[in-house]
Amino acid sequence: MASLRDLRRRIKSIKSTQQITKAMKAVSAAKMRRAQESVLAARPFARRMRDVLGRVGSASVGLKHPLLAVREPNRVAYVIVTADRGLCGGFNANIIKKAVQEMKDRPNVEVVTIGRKGRDYFRRRGYNIAQQYVGIGETADIGLARRVAKFVMDKYAAEEYDEVYLIYSQFVNVLVQKPVVQKLLPVEPPEGEDDGKRVDYIFEPDAEQIMGRLLPMYVENAMFQALLESKAGEHSARMTAMDNATSNAADMIDRLTLSMNRARQAAITKEISEIVGGAAALE
Amino acid sequence: MAEEKLQRLEVVTPERKVYSEDVRFVVVPGSEGELGFLPDHAPLVSALKIGLVRVHKDGKVLKIAVSGGFVEVRNSRVTILANAAEREDQIDVARAEAAKQRAEQRLAAGGPDIDIARAEAALKRALNRLKAVS
Repeated sequence: MASLRDLRRRIKSIKSTQQITKAMKAVSAAKMRRAQESVLAARPFARRMRDVLGRVGSASVGLKHPLLAVREPNRVAYVIVTADRGLCGGFNANIIKKAVQEMKDRPNVEVVTIGRKGRDYFRRRGYNIAQQYVGIGETADIGLARRVAKFVMDKYAAEEYDEVYLIYSQFVNVLVQKPVVQKLLPVEPPEGEDDGKRVDYIFEPDAEQIMGRLLPMYVENAMFQALLESKAGEHSARMTAMDNATSNAADMIDRLTLSMNRARQAAITKEISEIVGGAAALE
Repeated sequence: MAEEKLQRLEVVTPERKVYSEDVRFVVVPGSEGELGFLPDHAPLVSALKIGLVRVHKDGKVLKIAVSGGFVEVRNSRVTILANAAEREDQIDVARAEAAKQRAEQRLAAGGPDIDIARAEAALKRALNRLKAVS
């Protein structure tokens, strides 16, 4: 059995770890709340954007645009969104697992990584990294979304990529984050609602130019949406992980305290029996 | 007096919803020139340039600075999808002033390693914001 002093030391060290995990949990909870609010605030735009693109798309069928061009998928790019930091349970591992599984059967892939964790993994494994974005900060950044979107759109328009997929973690709720794969390019305009009725729009300046500006904006927004979801997921995954760590620490402290008390009791008993034994020897 | 007919105006940016109310008349900075919409306007989609959206509601005019995007009009609903948008009472004047100076300096300094188009766009956005509050 470990000595009394060892046990005391271990309890102390676990207590200080517990304090750290508790603090991290509180911080993540606050960040998660903010990230969740941003996800909600961004939804109206995403919905309107989808509606408008669907209606404009069905009102201008047959229109050609580089971002709509469907090609044989020979060279495929994957944009993979992970976190910069770990200590968030299986958050990064789940996305990476999903990505690896997706890319397994493709001979000619390039990856664009967002977040340090993904970059580190794919670089170590010798994947072909076309572009990397690290140090993405604590909140989703529209500027970053635009830069990434521009990078893949340029490559796509130049026919260096035939398809571009986006892999990120969808924020379902605080406990569940689901890794999802989404086709980013070529853009597949969403179905226009309105019972399929075509709206006869007046276009200013014309349908082609409108689509030419609407499509990049749509891609940018899809990218931004992925960053938002990923951030909200990351913070909630970290909060959950830290909550577990804190309660595990509490369990350990309980167990160790019990053994410590037992050890102390044993020591006292031993001492008493020694005294009694010593007194008996004197008689 | 007959009830005035209204239309729904929504201004949204990727980050948030900026405005959503029933209004009488809207003027937007279309890429081909200013466009005004009254209720029951024919369906229309237009690109927007950097400029001011003027919202006429209850006899007052509210200005919203937008930095490019789109407007869709349909069924008496005007939807503005903007890259960025701020109502005149939400504009950070100090920030806009700073952005204006920065852009002006960059343009004045010139040189090969400067993206003139970008600096000009930044200057336009800053001037537009300042115009909205003046």
